Amino acid sequence: MIRFLLLFSKQGRLRLQKWFTPLTDREKKKVIRDMMATVLARPARSCNFLQWRDLKVVYKRYASLYFCAGLEDQDNELLSLEVLHRYVELLDKYFGNVCELDIIFNFEKAYFILDEFLMGGEVLETSRAAVGVSLEEADALQETMEEYMSRPAY
Amino acid sequence: MALTIVSQLFPKDMIPAILPLVEEKLTHPKEIIRRKAVLALYKFYLTAPNQVQHIHNKFRKALCDKDPGVMTASLHIYLQMIKENPEGYKDLTGSFVTILKQVVAGKLPMDYNYHSVPAPWLQIQLLRILSLLGKNDESTSGIMYEVLDESLRRAEMNHNITYAILYECVKCVYTIHPKAELLEKAAKCIGNFVLSPKINLKYIGLKALTYVVQQDPQLALQHQMTIIECLDHSDLIIKRETLELLFRITNAQNVTVIVEKMLEFLRTCQDDYTTMDLVGKVAEVAEKYAPNDNKWFIDTMNTMFSLGGDLMQPDIPNNFLKLLSEGFDSGEGDRKLRRFAVDSYVSLLQGEPGNLPQRFLQVISWVLGEYSHLRTDLEPATILNLLAKLLDLKHANSETKSWALMAMTKVCESEAGMAVLQGICEMHCSSMDTVLRQRAQELQNLSLHAELRAKVLPQDISMEPLEVDSSLSFLDEFVSEALAAGAAPYKAHHQRQEELAQEKVLSLEPYSLSLPIGMSSCSFPDRQSPTLPSVSSGLSGDSTDFSHKASATTLKLDKVKRVWGREGYLAKKEPAEEPALIEAHSPVHSADQVGEFSISQSQTSPPTVAAKQEKQQLASSLFVGLGSQTSESLMGKSELTPQMFRRKDKGQVSSLEVGKQTPNSVIPPPNSVDNLLCSILLDSNTDPETSLPAPKQNGIALLEGGQPESDMKTLETSPTRDSGRMAAETEEPVRTKDICLASYLPADCIGATHSEITPLCSSQSVDLFACHVHKEDCLVLVVFISNSSATRVRLLAQLDSEEVEVSCICESPVEEVRSHYVEVWQYSLTVKRPSVHLVVSGLVSFHMATGTPHTAKFSYKLPLISFIRPLTLSTEEYGTMWLAFSHDTKQNLTLITGVQDPLRATLNVLERKLHLHVVEIIGMEGIVACQLLQDQPCLMHCRVHAGTLAVWLRSTVPDLPDCLLYHCQRALQEH
Repeated sequence: MIRFLLLFSKQGRLRLQKWFTPLTDREKKKVIRDMMATVLARPARSCNFLQWRDLKVVYKRYASLYFCAGLEDQDNELLSLEVLHRYVELLDKYFGNVCELDIIFNFEKAYFILDEFLMGGEVLETSRAAVGVSLEEADALQETMEEYMSRPAY
Repeated sequence: MALTIVSQLFPKDMIPAILPLVEEKLTHPKEIIRRKAVLALYKFYLTAPNQVQHIHNKFRKALCDKDPGVMTASLHIYLQMIKENPEGYKDLTGSFVTILKQVVAGKLPMDYNYHSVPAPWLQIQLLRILSLLGKNDESTSGIMYEVLDESLRRAEMNHNITYAILYECVKCVYTIHPKAELLEKAAKCIGNFVLSPKINLKYIGLKALTYVVQQDPQLALQHQMTIIECLDHSDLIIKRETLELLFRITNAQNVTVIVEKMLEFLRTCQDDYTTMDLVGKVAEVAEKYAPNDNKWFIDTMNTMFSLGGDLMQPDIPNNFLKLLSEGFDSGEGDRKLRRFAVDSYVSLLQGEPGNLPQRFLQVISWVLGEYSHLRTDLEPATILNLLAKLLDLKHANSETKSWALMAMTKVCESEAGMAVLQGICEMHCSSMDTVLRQRAQELQNLSLHAELRAKVLPQDISMEPLEVDSSLSFLDEFVSEALAAGAAPYKAHHQRQEELAQEKVLSLEPYSLSLPIGMSSCSFPDRQSPTLPSVSSGLSGDSTDFSHKASATTLKLDKVKRVWGREGYLAKKEPAEEPALIEAHSPVHSADQVGEFSISQSQTSPPTVAAKQEKQQLASSLFVGLGSQTSESLMGKSELTPQMFRRKDKGQVSSLEVGKQTPNSVIPPPNSVDNLLCSILLDSNTDPETSLPAPKQNGIALLEGGQPESDMKTLETSPTRDSGRMAAETEEPVRTKDICLASYLPADCIGATHSEITPLCSSQSVDLFACHVHKEDCLVLVVFISNSSATRVRLLAQLDSEEVEVSCICESPVEEVRSHYVEVWQYSLTVKRPSVHLVVSGLVSFHMATGTPHTAKFSYKLPLISFIRPLTLSTEEYGTMWLAFSHDTKQNLTLITGVQDPLRATLNVLERKLHLHVVEIIGMEGIVACQLLQDQPCLMHCRVHAGTLAVWLRSTVPDLPDCLLYHCQRALQEH
C-alpha cells in the first residue's frame, strides 16, 4: 500500500501532497523535510529507490518536478515507479502536455485525478480511458453546478 | 466522490452507520461506483474486520463482476484476507489462476494495457495472492505452475513494468512449493536483473537475490563477482542492499570479511536509522559466527560500539556482556577472552576516552569491574584511577557514572586507592541524582568497612552456603576452579538462564538488595533506606539486563552452589553422580541444549523482551542450520544421533534436579505447538522446574544447538504429514461412529444440549472427536479419544486459545487409553476476548507401546453463541445497567415481514436462536438482555424505524456488541 505521495520542485517547494494513512501535522512536516533532503541530495543517474525508516521510497524526476511515493515493505518498487509514471501520463492527458504551472494553478484537478487513480493507497483504476471518462463526468457536473449557482435566484 | 471520502475519513465507530449505504452501492449500475464501493469496503475491512464479516459473499460477487476494474479492486480485499488466513481461501485458487491466465493471454479490453502489457497491476496482485496461497502447499502450487511458466515466458519485453511482473513472478516461484524447472527459469531472471546495467534493475535483482538465498545459497555463488562490484558501487542504496544480501549468507568462514565490509559502510553512513539497523546486524553476526579469535571479536565489538554510539538497541551491549560473563565452551578460553577485553579497555581508557559513546563507556566499566582482577599485573588502583577519569568526563551522563561507580565498588579492595575513593565519594554523595548518590554511599560504606565488603562482595572461594552473594566475578572464579577440577560446568548456566527468562518480574537490583541487608545487620545509620525501593526500581529499568542477571544469580545461588559442591568439591563423597556427568559431558551437552531450546520455545513464558529476543536468535540459528551447508564444520560430531541423546539426557537432568529445587509456583502454561516437543513436555510436566530453561545466548552454543534440532525437525515432519493424510481417509467411517460416541458423554452432560460431534484429528489407530455441551452456567468442551488398536496408548494433550480460557475439569491431561476403548476428557471454557468465532487449538501426542511418538494438531471452532446465556432482569435493573455500560454499537437489522407483529416475531427468533432474554416490549420498542458466560452482560435496545429494526447494543466488554450483532444478522438472514 502506498503511504504517501509527494510532489515537489527542484527548489524544494511542495506542490502536492497526499497521505493515505493518518499522521499528525508534525509527522507530516518531518516526512516532507526528510524526503526533500534525501531525494534532492541524490546524484543524477542513481537508483530510484531509497530506504527511509521502515518505508521504501520510490521517486522519479519529471522535468523540474520530483514525484515521490512512500511504500510499505512488501510492495513492489518497480510497479510503484510505474504508478508514478501512470499518474504523470494521466495528468499529461488531461492538461495536454502538463507542466509544473498546470499543477500549481489547477491543483484541485491534480488532486481529483489522483483520487480517481488511487484510493486508500491502492491503485483504483489502471485504465487510462476510464479515468478520463470519470474526469469528464466530474467536470461536466461541476459546470452544471456553476451554471446553476450563477443563475440569479428569482 | 462521497465514497472516496468515506474511505479516507471514516473512523471505526462510524462504520456501522455508513455501511448499509456503501453495501447498497455494490450493486450500482455504474462500474466506477461499484469499484469505489469495493475499495471503501476494503478500507473498512482494514480498520474494523469484524464489522464487515457478513458481506464476504458480496466480495465474491465483486470478484466475478463483469467489469475488470471492480474485480481488480476486490483483489485488494482478498489479498488482505488471504494474508490473514490462507487456509480459508484455497478453493479460490482455481479462479485466480483462470483470471491470471486470461489476463496474460490478453483477453482484457485494450485500455487496460500499459505499454502493451495487459493490466500489470492486476497481474501483480494475482501473483501475490497466488504466492500466499501456494506457500507450503504442494497441491495448490501444482495448479499454478502452468500459468506462472506462461507469465515468465510472456514477460520478456524490455520495459520496467515487465520487470516488475517478472520480479513478482520470481518471488512467487520461490515462495510456493518448489518445482525445479520453474526455479531454473526464475534463477535465470534474477541473473538478468543483477547483470543489468540499469541501476534500478540491479537493485531489484539484489532484493530478489536476498530473498532467494534463503532457499538456495548456491545462486549467490554464481553472482559473486557482481555482488562484489555492487559493494563498491557509488550509490549508497545499492551498497546497503548488497550488505543485506551478505548478511544473509554469512557463515563461520566469511564472517570476518563481511563484518569488515559492514563496519566500513558504518563509518561512512550518516543516517541514524540505517546505523541502528546495521549495528544490530554486525552484533548478531559477530556473536553468532565468532571465530576462535578473541582479538578479532573484541576488536569488532569495540569498533561497533564506538561507531554505533548511543543509537544502538540496548540489548546489543547486554548480549555482549552476557556473552562475556557466560563464556564460550571452555573456561580457559573464557578467561583469555575476558583478559583480552580488559586489556583492550584499559588501553582505550588510557588513551582518549572523551569521545566514546555512553553505551560503550558503560560496557567498559562493567567489564573492568568484573574482570579486572584477571590481570594480576595491574594494580586495582590504576583501574580505579581510570574509572575516576570516566566520572570526571563532562559528557558522561548519570547512568554511565553510576555504572562506573558500581564498577569501582567491585574493584576497591586494596588500600592504595582509598584516597581517590574518598574524594569521589564525597563529591557524589552530595550529587543531585539519587541513583548516583546511592551508589556513592554504597561505595563509601563498603570501602570503609573491609569486613563488610568481604561479606558482600567476596573475592575468595570459601564461603558459607547460606550467605547471599551477588558478585558474578566470584562465581566466575568458581567456574574456572570447578572446570579445573574436571566437572561439567554447563548445567549451572542453564539453571541461571532458566531463572533469567522467567524471573523478569523480580527485578531486584543486586547491590541495593544486598546493601540494606548488610546495613541493617551491622546497624549502620541507614538514612537512605526509605528511598531504596524506588531508587532500585528506577535503576533496574536502566540497567535491566545487568541487574536481572545478577538477581537471577542471587536467587538461584544456594542451589547452584550445592550442585557445584557435589560436582566440584564434594566429588569424592558422591562418586555415583560424578561419572554419569563426565560421561555425558561433551556430546550430550549439545543435545541437552536442544531439548531445552525446544521447551522454552513451546511455552508462553511471561512476554518479556528477553524471551522474544531469545526466540529471534533461536529462529536465526535454526536458519543457519538449514540454510547453508558450508558453514557447520564446527559441529560435525554432535549431529549424528540427536534423537537418542535427547531422551537420555533429559532424564538425567530431571533426576538431578528433582528434590533439589524448591517448588516453583510460577509455571507458565505450556502452549504453542511444536511437533517434536511432546516427549519432552511429558518429562517437563512431571518435573515443572525443568520446563523453564532458556536457551543460551552464546554464539557457539547456538550453532551447536541449531543443527541437531533442525535435523530432528525434518525427521519428525514426515510422520505428521502422513497422519494428516490418514485423517482424511478415515473421515467416512467416522460419521457412523457419532451416535455411539454420544453414549460416552459424561453423566452430568447428558441432560444438556450438545453440538454435533466432529472429528478433530486422527493418527494411526487413535481418533479424536469433540463436541461442546451447553450447560446452564458453563460451556464444556468434551473430547473423545477412541483407541481402536490392540495396544494401550499414552496420550498427552495441550489445549489453548487466544480468545478462550481453557481449564481441564477431569484428571491430569496425561493419560493412557486402553485398547478398543473410548476415553473422555472435559474442559470448561470461558471467553477471554469475544470474537465472532472462537477457536481452540490443541496438540496431541500419542505414545504407542511400540513405535515412535506421534503428534497431531487440531483446532475446534466455537461460535460465540455457545457462550451466550439469557439474562433475566427487570426493566428497572435494565435501566441502571444501560447507563453503566460504555461500549456500544448501533446498526439497522432487517425485520421479519409478513407477520402481525414484526417486532415481536423478530425478537422471538433472536430469543430462540441466540438464547437472549426479551425483557419487555413497549409499543415499537423492545429491550433484550443476555450475558456472556461468567457474568459479562450485554444489553440490546431495539426500535422499529422505517421498516427496519434499529438496534443499539451496550456491554462492558469491548468487542462483544460487534460480535453479537454479527450473529443477530446471521440469525435473521437464516430465518
